[in-house]
Amino acid sequence: MLSSFRRRTWLGWLQLSHEPSRLLVALAGIAFADVLMFMQLGFQASLFNSNTRIARSLNADIILVSPKAKNAQNLSTFSRRRLYQAQDVAGVAQAMPLYSNILTWKNPQTRQDTLIQLMGFDPAQDVFLLPELNRQQDILKLPDVVLFDRRSRGRYGEAIAQLETGQFITTEAEGRTLTIRGLISLGASFGTDGSLMASDQTFLRLLPRRNPGSISLGLLKVEPGADVATVAAQLRQHLPSDVHVFTQAEFIAKEQNYWQKESPIGFIFTMGTAMAFIVGVVIVYQVLSTDVNAHLQEYATFKAMGYRHRYLLGVIFEEAVILAVLGFLPGVILPIGLYQMAARATSLPIAMTVYRAGLVFGLTLLMCLLSGAIATRRLQGADPADMF
Amino acid sequence: MPIQETQTNPQTEAQTVIAIAHLAHYFGTGELRKQVLYDIHLTISAGEIVIMTGPSGSGKTTLLTLMGGLRSVQTGSLQFLGVELCGANADQLVYIRRHIGYIFQAHNLHGSLTALQNVRMGLELHPQYTIAEMRDRAIHALEAVGLGDRLDYYPANLSGGQKQRVAIARALVSQPKLLLADEPTAALDRQSGRDVVTLMQHLAQEQGCTILLVTHDNRILDVADRIVAMEDGRLLIGENRE
Repeated sequence: MLSSFRRRTWLGWLQLSHEPSRLLVALAGIAFADVLMFMQLGFQASLFNSNTRIARSLNADIILVSPKAKNAQNLSTFSRRRLYQAQDVAGVAQAMPLYSNILTWKNPQTRQDTLIQLMGFDPAQDVFLLPELNRQQDILKLPDVVLFDRRSRGRYGEAIAQLETGQFITTEAEGRTLTIRGLISLGASFGTDGSLMASDQTFLRLLPRRNPGSISLGLLKVEPGADVATVAAQLRQHLPSDVHVFTQAEFIAKEQNYWQKESPIGFIFTMGTAMAFIVGVVIVYQVLSTDVNAHLQEYATFKAMGYRHRYLLGVIFEEAVILAVLGFLPGVILPIGLYQMAARATSLPIAMTVYRAGLVFGLTLLMCLLSGAIATRRLQGADPADMF
Repeated sequence: MPIQETQTNPQTEAQTVIAIAHLAHYFGTGELRKQVLYDIHLTISAGEIVIMTGPSGSGKTTLLTLMGGLRSVQTGSLQFLGVELCGANADQLVYIRRHIGYIFQAHNLHGSLTALQNVRMGLELHPQYTIAEMRDRAIHALEAVGLGDRLDYYPANLSGGQKQRVAIARALVSQPKLLLADEPTAALDRQSGRDVVTLMQHLAQEQGCTILLVTHDNRILDVADRIVAMEDGRLLIGENRE
């Protein structure tokens, strides 16, 4: 088997390399399709990654949320009493409220009205698992003081530079003067350009129409040793149906599911990937079928010499695999640079991952083999009986 | 699937390379069915050089494709080295083809392969050769046709006569028992045509290979041991030149 492999003339490679210009066009086409797939999948991953970041950084085992909540920017509210009721359940160690709302504020740099997500909580409690925030959250106890997300999308560069040097910046929101006294890192998402952290008191002063008794999220910590799933099940029994109980993993999954299924964005990226795949199939098919057509006479000669049909199929699939591998190389290198560009432009977390590279390579291989399979139909024209 | 060689006595059976009896062939089906070969009888012995002539449309090419296992035999009997081709399955036809050398009107060399690689393709089908042997034999075959200094040339860089010589090397490198040639000189000038035929004759004699050559070219008839003529699908009695 191995020796017959080594005996074999690498006809596919010789055919491809004999016409370098045609090969280059083919590789450019495959690389193009790969880059498109990488960009679509990259944006999709960053959509899921960025939009679940708030959910992932919550310091909670179990999360209570209103049944009307859609996503992390649109959480709706439920009664704070449910949080107190939750503490009656055995295994619940701590219950913390979180207020969240979209706020219109003046960008401290441009003085233009912009939207930002404001989150309010008790500074005495570590509501988020963000060490940088936890270190600074004592200053939030001062009235109208906020911490600002340095990875926000928008023109904040100078303001952030100023804050990095330790200076304070003042701006306005809802007719009040706000003082930014520090920076945290959370990041923009498809739902919000960035976030502001404030104490619950500041939050309620900025948004006087929000009722202190209506909270956005209830964050529960279970006692050490308690089983999270069991506690969650007990909570579901204990609490009325005007509040939903999720473990943190379920909450993250719910957020991702919203962007994947209910928002049009997730679908757009999936479709974009599929389109890129089809474009790739068409390009590779064109190249392979042209190649088969150009060599029909020679193939018929080989058949007359006693080569089997499957030998010729092997030549086409050899070409398909070579095209997939060679086309993938530029196709995986280019997106690394493009990801960096996109990450800078959108403040979204986009980077190459091994998993995605593997996935796209698999798709490229599939794309080329599919095209090869269609191109083999042309081989029927290679009839040795027509040779004489 | 290997074929049962029905040679009971190699000494006498090997004498006959091709034995054709009552061979007829039809193209098309139903109303359009048209007979192209009528009751062909032909026996070719080992080492013979037979030239087949006849006007176009007389059925020469059809007969050639049937003998080469490129078309299925419909009725009658056609034996190649004692193997019956009538009713042979696809595997058997492939097996037959591997033991026949073909030379076509056009050289049909693969443009992406060098002369050496093209000749090597004629050996790759025969697993008994090692990689080194394949190379040696291919080089030897090209030297024998006078192209020892053109091993790594692509067909595009060879003249018409040189290409046809590479094709001869490819056809003969695996030492087939039968060489089928269809108008091998049609695309060549007088001198290269002459050279090609002389070369074929010389090499075939060296290897004890039988040649069946279809041609319109009167200039090369003298190489034949026997000339047979086809007309309207019937084989006319051939003259024996010996």
